[in-house]
Order: sequence, then structure tokens, then C-alpha cells
Amino acid sequence: MNWISEWALPKIKTLFGAPREVPENLWHKCPACEQMIFHRDLERNLHVCTHCGHHMRVGARTRMDYTLDEGWQRIELPKAPQDPLRFRDQRRYVERLREAQAKAGQEDAVVVAHGSIEGNRVVAAAFEFSFLGGSMGAGVGEALVTAARLAVLQDAPLIVFTASGGARMQEGAISLMQMPRTVIATRMVKEAGLPFIVVLCDPTTGGVTASFAMLGDIQIAEPGAMIGFAGARVIEQTVREKLPEGFQRAEYLLEHGILDLVVKRGEMRATLARLIGLLRTPERVVAPPPAEPVAEPLPALPAPEGPAVPA
Amino acid sequence: MRHFLDFEKPIAELEGKIEELRRTSDAGGIDVAEEVARMRDKAQALLKTTYAKLSPWQKTLVARHPDRPKCLDYIRAHIEEWTPLAGDRAFADDAAVVGGLGRFRGRAVAVLGTEKGSDTESRVLHNFGMARPEGYRKARRIIELASRFGLPILSFVDTAGAFPGIEAEARGQAEAIARSIEACLEAPVPFVATIIGEGGSGGAIALAAADRILMLEHSVYSVISPEGCASILWRDAAQAATAAEALKLTAEDLRRLNLVDAVVPEPMGGAHRDPQASLAAVGDRVWDSLEPLLALDGATLRARRREKFLEMGRNSVV
Repeated sequence: MNWISEWALPKIKTLFGAPREVPENLWHKCPACEQMIFHRDLERNLHVCTHCGHHMRVGARTRMDYTLDEGWQRIELPKAPQDPLRFRDQRRYVERLREAQAKAGQEDAVVVAHGSIEGNRVVAAAFEFSFLGGSMGAGVGEALVTAARLAVLQDAPLIVFTASGGARMQEGAISLMQMPRTVIATRMVKEAGLPFIVVLCDPTTGGVTASFAMLGDIQIAEPGAMIGFAGARVIEQTVREKLPEGFQRAEYLLEHGILDLVVKRGEMRATLARLIGLLRTPERVVAPPPAEPVAEPLPALPAPEGPAVPA
Repeated sequence: MRHFLDFEKPIAELEGKIEELRRTSDAGGIDVAEEVARMRDKAQALLKTTYAKLSPWQKTLVARHPDRPKCLDYIRAHIEEWTPLAGDRAFADDAAVVGGLGRFRGRAVAVLGTEKGSDTESRVLHNFGMARPEGYRKARRIIELASRFGLPILSFVDTAGAFPGIEAEARGQAEAIARSIEACLEAPVPFVATIIGEGGSGGAIALAAADRILMLEHSVYSVISPEGCASILWRDAAQAATAAEALKLTAEDLRRLNLVDAVVPEPMGGAHRDPQASLAAVGDRVWDSLEPLLALDGATLRARRREKFLEMGRNSVV
């Protein structure tokens, strides 16, 4: 729940004229090693630092570009209630929400797409951390339920890339109820005999971690990703101890048996393709045909409807 | 000694005066019955008006009241042949989560809950109701046991939230909560959850993804504590009362949002003033909620529970 400190504050600092170190943003500074990287090199290297290998945060659509074959299609999501509590802190939530929507060009923090990975048909959902810290409210819940239904409908594995500060406080208990809702989404996929793969990206915490994001058939994380339930500050205040080195990082979780794999961004596509192949194609064709690139974009599908609810 | 909340001060003062008056009359043999009765009426009226318009923050304080009946009080009052079960079969037993078998009005059931403890010793023993991964894994084990033997599940939730600790994270707190929610949703048996005090975020929903969800009148159920919310959104924990208001965390709010099924009225002045009445009311309402579910088969229960949660919040407007 630390998207304010993680995201909003730096943004505000930028707005109020923190000295701009780099002209025209041709050079990026790695937040880990502080070395400068030329923007083209950074893009070519999938936003992984060419000096130290630090995996920088990327947006949901960039994530899709990096992972899916060309021609992936974004799915339109059903409308979720906007500001059901009419929540107001120092600002109105509805204003924050509209601002985030305008900035991101999407309704909420999750983008859902269908496409393929090295020719394997998949449905993918990716969190946009810059959208209110990727927090999970009704819109995010709706996106994940829709993605699950679509995966079942298309007989395709569901892959979710997470990046979230946790529940969206401004939706109160409605955001809490997205935990069981998204758990139901994972059940739909699993009951259809389809793989549900979670890729935990930096950072993933709180109610997102404690629901669908820990229920993958395969649990993958990007190197160095911060993953946990409680925030580090809260833990420190509660136990009054210094946190161990590398606490709540992907490698720490791997060591503690919570993850299957830590996979570098550059190897993510190949790893996902291999896993899907192993889970879904028990016998390999002797001479596998070369993976055909998708020539035409896949047809856009409407969001699947849920079952009718008895009155 | 009775514990008074800040906003109960005027009532506490009046009750103190009544007590004093009685003592003086006992010592001096003066008949003050009439005066005591008058003051009693006044105290009652004050209690009534105070509790009729509790703010969300005041309700939070009532929900956390140290004298409020706790999970084990409900179990002692309603569960015969109570047989607590321990352990997650992997690491430890977590006393913050209570679970076991027993009979509720003659019917064998599995019971789960978070226990805060009622004195210093038991509070420490139960870690103030804040569970570690082992607690949620114990809950899941008992849910699965109940599922195998067709036993209805009752849960009594009262927790500030899951325990935020280094070890808890290292042992997979998030995964344990996620699996417990999953187990609740999957159980092919009737499941009635009651929020009896604090319904604190993931640590509460882990035991409350049920067919019927009841909330005591002055209990609260929230995605984050008002203090936590205030320190993040207002950057000032002292704004907790404002945050409590904004979070819509009272039983009345949750009922209106259609996130819980029923609100169980509390005795005048809160459950802590008359625990027996509160225990009895909850027992009756849990039975009323459970009884119609007993006729349904496992597949129907599970399908309906899913529909219920999938619909939650979709059309909620305050």
C-alpha cells in the first residue's frame, strides 16, 4: 500500500521542478546502479540496465509487447463501478481515478490481451503500476475475472503479470472482496484444465499477493522484484528488528520455497513458451514445424458475459 | 473493573455517582432508592442516545473493546462436545486461529475463528488475534476436513489483520491467506461466517468467504485499519476518525453495499455491556442462517457462493 511513497511523491517532485539531470530524456539513469544508459540501448535491452541487470518497471502494454508475439489484441473490459464509496481523502478519489484514466489511456490498472507466445495461444493480463499503484479495486477484479473467462472460452492458458501496491483503499471493503473474486477467477481457469501462470513483477504486495497472485500453477518472478504481504515499514515497526538483507525480494522468496523460478526479462518469452508446451503438449511432434508468425491480427472478441444471476 | 471508552465518559461518571450514592446510603441508612432509580434512568437514556449515533470511529473502538465477547466465548456458549484441533502439519500450531469440531444445536460442525484473548496472558498466547501462515494453513486443513465429512462450517472473525512479521513473510503469509480464501470458496458444505469484532482485511476474509456473512451491529470490516489508511492517504495517523468515516466500514455500510447478508443487533451499549445477550443473539442468527443451507447439496452451495462473490460490488453504490 505504499504507492504514494513509491509513485505519487516522485511524480509530485518531478512536477515541482526537481532539477532535470538529462536533456530530452535521451539518457536514463538506472535507479539501482545510477549509471546512465542511452534510451535506445535501454529499449533494446527490454528496460533492463545494461550495466547492472536491474529490471526496471515497465507499463502493461510494454509488457505485452515484450512477451507476446506481434499482433496481440487488447480486450475491452466490462465497466466496473467508479468510486462506489464516493471516497474522499485530501482529494476526491473520482478525480484521482479520472486523472489516472486520462494519463494511462485505460479504464483501470489492468490490461487484458489475447495473443500468442512463440505460437502458443494465450490470454494475458498485466498490471500498470503507474495507474494508482496498480491497486486492486472493482475494475481490476473485473479485468481478472474477464481474463479468466476469456482463457476458458479460448481454451488458452492465463498468464498474469502483477505489479501492485495491494488493495485500493478508496474502494474500502469492495476492494477487499476482490480477493475472493480473483481467487474464483483462478479456479475457473484451473477447472478447465488450463495452466494459470503468475509472473510477479516489482512490486507486488498486500491483497494482490494474498489472493490470485499466489495461486499460480507456476510461480515466476522477475529478478529483484519486491514481493510480500505486509509492507517493510509496517513489519519493521511491529517487530522492531532490522529486516534481513534482500528481504521480500524475488530471490529471497525463491530461497524460501514460495516461487518456482526467477526469470530474467530477456528469457521470459522462451520460458513461458516452454512451460506452456510442457504442460499442454504431452508428446512432442518429431519434427516441429517452425513457429509461424501471426500474419494477421487475431480478431477482437467482445468481453465474455458472466452467467446470469438468479434474482 | 469496567473498561470505559473515551466517549462513554459521561455515562461512566453517572454510573460512578450512582455507585457512590448507593455506598453512602448503605453506610448511613438513608433511603436513596428514588434518587438512584432516577439517575439510572438518566444513565440508560444517555447510553441509548450515545449508542444510537456512534460514529464509524467510535464503532471501531467498540469493536476493539477489551470486554467484548471473543471467539472462544461464542464457542463456549454454543458448541457442545467442543474438540479443538491443532497444527498445520508442517511447522507449528498458531493459537491466533482457533479451530475444531463440536455440535451446534445437536448438529456436528467445524468451527473456526480468530481469537484475541481476554486478559494479558491469553492475549499474548493468541498473539492478539493476529495469525501467522500456520494459522491460515490450520484453517484450510479444518475446512478440508469439514468438506470431507460433510460438516457445516461456522467461523467467528475478530482480528486486526494477519501478523506482519519477518518470519510470517518468510513462511509465505500471502500464500497461506490465498489458499485459505480458496478453501472457503471451494468447501462443498454450508458455511456461515460472523464478524464479531474487527474484520481486519486479508486476515479476516481468509476465514469469511462464506455462504452467509453476518456482522454484529458495532463490528467493523475493512480493507485497512483507519489508522493505516489515515497515515497513507492523509499522511497523519491522527486522522483515523476521518478515515474510518471514508472507508465505510460499519455493519450498516457493508449491509448497504450488499457485502454482508445481515446485521445482528447488539444489546444496548454494545456487546461488552451484556455479553450473555450478545452470545444468545448471535447463536440464534447463525442458526437461522445455517438452517436453510442444510438442505442444499455441495455443488449448489459452491456455485451459489461463487455467484455471490462474483456479484459483490458490481452494483454497489452508497
